[in-house]
Amino acid sequence: MDVREFAAKTGLRILTGEAGLGKEVSGVYTGDLLSWVMSHADKGDAWITVHTHLNIIAVAQLTEISCIIIPEGICVEEATLKKAVHEAVPILGSPMSSYHICCKAYEVFGNNGG
Amino acid sequence: MRFATDLHIHTALSPCSDKDMTPNNIVNMACLKGLDIIAITDHNSAENVQAVIKSASGKKLVVVPGMEVETKEEVHLVCLFPSFDSALRMQDIIHAALPDRRNREDIFGRQLIMDEHDGILSESVRFLLTAANISIKDVVNAVLEMGGAVIPAHADRTSCSIISNLGIMPEYPDIKYLELSKGCSTKEFLQKYPYLYGYEFIKSSDAHRLGDILEREDFIDLPELSISCLLNALRK
Repeated sequence: MDVREFAAKTGLRILTGEAGLGKEVSGVYTGDLLSWVMSHADKGDAWITVHTHLNIIAVAQLTEISCIIIPEGICVEEATLKKAVHEAVPILGSPMSSYHICCKAYEVFGNNGG
Repeated sequence: MRFATDLHIHTALSPCSDKDMTPNNIVNMACLKGLDIIAITDHNSAENVQAVIKSASGKKLVVVPGMEVETKEEVHLVCLFPSFDSALRMQDIIHAALPDRRNREDIFGRQLIMDEHDGILSESVRFLLTAANISIKDVVNAVLEMGGAVIPAHADRTSCSIISNLGIMPEYPDIKYLELSKGCSTKEFLQKYPYLYGYEFIKSSDAHRLGDILEREDFIDLPELSISCLLNALRK
């Protein structure tokens, strides 16, 4: 399933236009300590984080995750959105909490998303 | 000339510090250890800075007004200022960005505001040991605008450090120094993070207890012993 379909099925809003929406989503990862995420997220994961710092794009590229999900309606800095578009790392947003986003993802992946 | 520094010291205002971290105890310990420059850097507050400066008057010790700001990324930044007034201006910015939460001294400890004779004037009611809703970038910009300098704190640690929280040291053109903990070997740190070769490193104690204040062990080269020379040297 690509990012576009994943966003539609989980009710997440795409904040970065068309860039990178064809990437394959193979699972979900959640974490906010970026050094930890860098060494533990898997390629293809949709990554949920409250961080909006520019570095999330570098972490996404390094781990080859499919997209970044920002929960709880947190506002993303313009510089981060711009970089995301430039590097084709889709950012999805939602008013839901990380927990509720995981619940939605569970409806999509079942136990195979972790 | 080389001057011995310890630019990260907490007073009894920081809830997690010993309550004998009083202005006079800190100044006398720093003098005993032979330091030339210290900075007072309580968590998200500068309310004890002036008392320490006053208690050092007449002594051959430079006290730099400072604050250890916790940003919204939960990154600790040592912020140093040219004057007590500028530290207070920064304090206003930070306090406005802190959550509206009272300190629980039974859990975190007391937050003592003191005078230069080590008398307790009052206690800071606001909970200081938490993140302010302000980004690293906005903190750096504000401090530089006031003529100060920013040093990311304990860059070698696994909590509340810019590298652990953000994974990679982000590029801020005005950050020249990174702080390393007392026991950290700069050489080993650079072997682990070779991309940080362009930075200068400074050791500070992050002292929460009197005994933790540095000996004469880390030095900075300055044309003369003054706050403005120090801040110039700490910026690019």
